[in-house]
Amino acid sequence: MAFGSKEEHLNLQKRHRKARLFKLLCAAVTWSSVLLLAVLLFQVCVAGISWIDWQFISSFPSRFPDRAGIKAALVGTMWLIILVALISIPIGVSSALYLEEFAGKGRIAKIIEVNIANLGGVPSIVYGILGLAIFVRFFALERSLISGALTMSLLILPTIIIASREAIIAVPQSMRAAAYSLGATKWQTTWHHVLPASFPGIMTGIILSLSRAIGETAPLIMIGAMTFVAFLPQGPMDSFTALPIQIYNWVSRPQQEFHELAAAGIVVLLLVLLLMNATAIYIRSKTERRLK
Amino acid sequence: MNTSIRRAERRWGEGVIKFWLYSCAAISIITTIAIISLLIVESLGFFDEVSPAEFFFGTRWVPLLEPSSFGILPLLWGTMQITVMGAIFAIPLGLASAIYLSEYASDRVRSWVKPILELLAGIPTVVYGYFALTFVTPMLRKVIPDIQVFNALSAGIVVGIMILPMIATLSDNALRAVPVSLRQAAYALGATSFEVTTRVVVPAGLSGVMASFLLAISRAIGETMAVTLAAGQTPNLSFSPLESIQTMTAYIVQVSLGDTPSGGIAYQTLFAVAMMLFVITLLINIVSQMILSRFREVYE
Repeated sequence: MAFGSKEEHLNLQKRHRKARLFKLLCAAVTWSSVLLLAVLLFQVCVAGISWIDWQFISSFPSRFPDRAGIKAALVGTMWLIILVALISIPIGVSSALYLEEFAGKGRIAKIIEVNIANLGGVPSIVYGILGLAIFVRFFALERSLISGALTMSLLILPTIIIASREAIIAVPQSMRAAAYSLGATKWQTTWHHVLPASFPGIMTGIILSLSRAIGETAPLIMIGAMTFVAFLPQGPMDSFTALPIQIYNWVSRPQQEFHELAAAGIVVLLLVLLLMNATAIYIRSKTERRLK
Repeated sequence: MNTSIRRAERRWGEGVIKFWLYSCAAISIITTIAIISLLIVESLGFFDEVSPAEFFFGTRWVPLLEPSSFGILPLLWGTMQITVMGAIFAIPLGLASAIYLSEYASDRVRSWVKPILELLAGIPTVVYGYFALTFVTPMLRKVIPDIQVFNALSAGIVVGIMILPMIATLSDNALRAVPVSLRQAAYALGATSFEVTTRVVVPAGLSGVMASFLLAISRAIGETMAVTLAAGQTPNLSFSPLESIQTMTAYIVQVSLGDTPSGGIAYQTLFAVAMMLFVITLLINIVSQMILSRFREVYE
């Protein structure tokens, strides 16, 4: 096939047509995936929105759909998030600080690092089994909020640690050097300079991890969060239910009304998640601007 | 004098703080040890009563009724069916989306679509279970009237939808890491965008792309709520995706929803099945890390 010949020209046309087709195909796939998810979310909203009113927010679960509500689930989820935050934030951020600032590049640090990466890939239901055997049975904490919170904390620790480490790595080395040169100890440098500088990044990671904890269902089912709770928990030792469990309970019933209740619950859950994600994005964009 | 005492105090305090930080980091090691030893100890108790041959090669899983039978193959098959269907659905679409985002989309489009995909990756799995039951299954019923209410196909599709954003965003990262100079060289030789993408960019980013596939597959294997809701509770070695099946994760949920007495054989099956799940996902994760570290092309 000679250069500039007719066949070559046709061949080139064919190749370009193929390229255009490929581009079109990739674009179509991407947009239809986004569209598909938009349709699904729209469908949930349509099914659930008419059920959302003050009565739905302020009622306990009930056998009768029109009297059922998410009061216990909402309060349970809030308790859970506060407890998980109290447990996992100090431990997670401390671990990240140890790995980045104190551990050096030794073997132990490497082992912990690989270990955290692998823990992040363990299915959440395995954490549920761990929680059931260790917290519920062995430490006899029963099927309480604190069992759930401890299990969830173990589950999201790897994510918090990895996100915090990324934020800490991003702190310029010159900042540490400046602190050391003024006579600060390692911890003073870490506490007064590294931590504040990496705070927005750490916050973003924490919020995203906590929002994962809000949606997790399987570990809570494992540790036996009750699905029918007609009271509010008064303390960490009380039994509880949570939003995703209540949704699961309603979805698994055959009646149409309960599916609509589930949709209403999902809308509330997604709103909470959206709010948290928006906060994380807001923090990220604000600090990005400041660094520029 | 005064300053040296304060310095000593400071150093003492440093030691305490360092010990605290170290203890926190050690919790992750303790967690791993706890998971592994718990699964091993309880599984050993299980294998005292059930022979490993029956567990690994048995074709009937009837743990809660007499006569009981403890062959895990039906559960394993169920999990595999869902995972393969999810992967068939999500891998081509996810890769195509990643290619679009990294090679074709303008920065503006990308800055919109990527966060949306990340947001979608964060939707709780129980929500996907709802989609499967109220949306996918009724739609499948219109096409295939004799499909069961709980069926593997609907669960597989939903799991595919669930892992798609994950594949798309991770593969996009991998493709974006391929240096622009490689693309420019290929274009300079007269290649079309299709040829540049399929013969230069994707092969160069292949380690990251493969790792994203494996992570997504491992997530599909461990996926619980959507599968429990959509695929049902019937351990089944059937080849038909239109029937109800049970996955390993769905079995674990089923047992824990009932009030299982501690120490019985039903309680121990939880750990044997969880052990299987843990080993499989761990292996896949390790392979994906190996691919990432061994075969990563390093560019300046």
